[in-house]
Amino acid sequence: MSAVSFEDVGVLYGKRRALEPFTDRVESGEWVGLIGPNGAGKSSLLRAAAGLVTSSGSISVEDVSLATLHNRERAALVAYVPQDPLIPDDMTAFDYVLLGRTPYVSYFGSETAHDRDVVSDVIDRLRLGEFAPRHLGSLSGGERQRVVLARALAQEAPVILLDEPTSALDIGHQQQAMELVTEMRAHSGLTVISAMHDLTLAGTYTDRLVMLDEGAVVSSGAAADVLTAARLSDVFNVSVTVEVDDVDGTVIVVPRRGSSIADPDNTSGR
Amino acid sequence: MTVSADQLPAAEVAPATASNAAWYTAGMTVLIVAVLIGASIGPAGPPWWQVPLELLNRLPLISFDSGVSDAEWNIVWRIRMPRVVLGGLVGGMLSIAGASYQGVFRNPLVDPYLLGAAAGAGLGATLALTSGRSITTSLPIDLVPMAAFIVALLTVSVTYAVGASFGGRRSGVTLILAGVAVVSFATALQTLILQRNLELVREVFQWILGTLAGATWADVRLVLPYVVVSCIVLMLHRRHLDVFRVGDVEAATLGVSVARTRLVIVIAATLGTAAVVSVSGLIGFVGLVVPHVVRLVAGAGYRRLLPLSLMFGAAFLILADVVGRTISSPAETPIGVVTALIGAPFFIYLLRTRKVTL
Repeated sequence: MSAVSFEDVGVLYGKRRALEPFTDRVESGEWVGLIGPNGAGKSSLLRAAAGLVTSSGSISVEDVSLATLHNRERAALVAYVPQDPLIPDDMTAFDYVLLGRTPYVSYFGSETAHDRDVVSDVIDRLRLGEFAPRHLGSLSGGERQRVVLARALAQEAPVILLDEPTSALDIGHQQQAMELVTEMRAHSGLTVISAMHDLTLAGTYTDRLVMLDEGAVVSSGAAADVLTAARLSDVFNVSVTVEVDDVDGTVIVVPRRGSSIADPDNTSGR
Repeated sequence: MTVSADQLPAAEVAPATASNAAWYTAGMTVLIVAVLIGASIGPAGPPWWQVPLELLNRLPLISFDSGVSDAEWNIVWRIRMPRVVLGGLVGGMLSIAGASYQGVFRNPLVDPYLLGAAAGAGLGATLALTSGRSITTSLPIDLVPMAAFIVALLTVSVTYAVGASFGGRRSGVTLILAGVAVVSFATALQTLILQRNLELVREVFQWILGTLAGATWADVRLVLPYVVVSCIVLMLHRRHLDVFRVGDVEAATLGVSVARTRLVIVIAATLGTAAVVSVSGLIGFVGLVVPHVVRLVAGAGYRRLLPLSLMFGAAFLILADVVGRTISSPAETPIGVVTALIGAPFFIYLLRTRKVTL
């Protein structure tokens, strides 16, 4: 089981504070969505958890502090999917997914039959069989996203960090990607932390939302509590209507036409 | 649902169709043929077709009369073979180092001279030549290759130190920029020294143009240990180079110690490059183009790319040297000129017909 605890995790880029000391506990198997405007600190938090930036405070996965682990040990606990993964066009999908096994291969070793079996299983589960022998350069955006998720799954880390997993996808593929993450969790009990821009999508699929603004937590909790029209107008500087579906309680954020209500310069002329 | 490979357009299927074994067999065959051609062709010596027979005769358990006299065999063994073997070592080393450099920096324009190995070697050779042959000729060893080797390593170390001071992290880009600065500086120093010793310009330029003429078994023994160590280390990092293909960030999240691994690969590639440059001079083009040609025909995966670059790079330079010493015989065409004249059009042809990726 793998709960993730953050204790006073702060990130500094030079002198600029990207993330104020952040404390939270993500329960094992929970999916937490990080939302907030650009520069709110979502990516910094994920990058700190992935060990990509130096951070103050401590991050631990099931009481093991990540700072005490070697790179490979950490990679076996935490997988990370960047917003804009670098895709080598001339690499087969199978070989790309196989890279997910890197944490388990010794320095001078190579992948074992077991590693290949894990990759084959993941590829079957994500229904990527037909793409496995193909070059990544020949795949569509949605297909690539699935291959990237497959690589993270092949890493067999109990915690997966997703930075804007749907930002480059059309609405159909966005939904497909989110369903895929849901399926992955159901199958392997993964703990997922994802930064997301689409608020409705974030509210629909995640268990809990954490809203950040200027590096600090503004609100945390269920979608219906976090996504209020007043808070969104305050944090995102937008005009929205928030509707709650009567049947399943889905929170729907609808942008309103017209100028930003929080910006007096724009409203004064009306 | 599965789609078999032959139902897909050819370009979309990985070249896994030809197995590693088939590629390595092809590489070894080309290399052996190149060695035989290199050993058989030359202005003096036995008829060309007798040389392979005599080589066969020299193998254990086989004995027959190939018609090669002892004097002719001396020409083959003492003059041609060291040159062929050294050409193979230089070509193979530059190619595998070039492929590795391109991998760790994820930059297709990179060659093994990027971080200053060539500029440093040139500076070292110039220093040794200007500091007076009078001193060095009395010594049992030639100081020029040694000075070239040492200054090449120094130059690359300076590049690494400067690259580190640019930013906290030794990212690929800061290292490349540092390389540009350090190479300019070393070249400027070399020009300054040459300008004060104009009588040496010809000698220095001859060295810089690169040549395998006059190669001896002693030269081979000199570079062999460095080349072997360098190649072993690089081969052991083939898997890491494949991980580097997805970028520093993702390589790090996959558990690779990016900066440390890059340093190990760069040190190994530089050591071998400096060693071969110190005996052969600066033979350009091989380290840049051979890896790309191999990528285009055999795929970009480093596990296959490194050994194939070694084999095809060795074969390419051996054959280029044969061309260089025969087309205007008895005069020699500089081997760097030959590699560019043959390699460039072939490379352009491949670029036009296929797509290059890292």
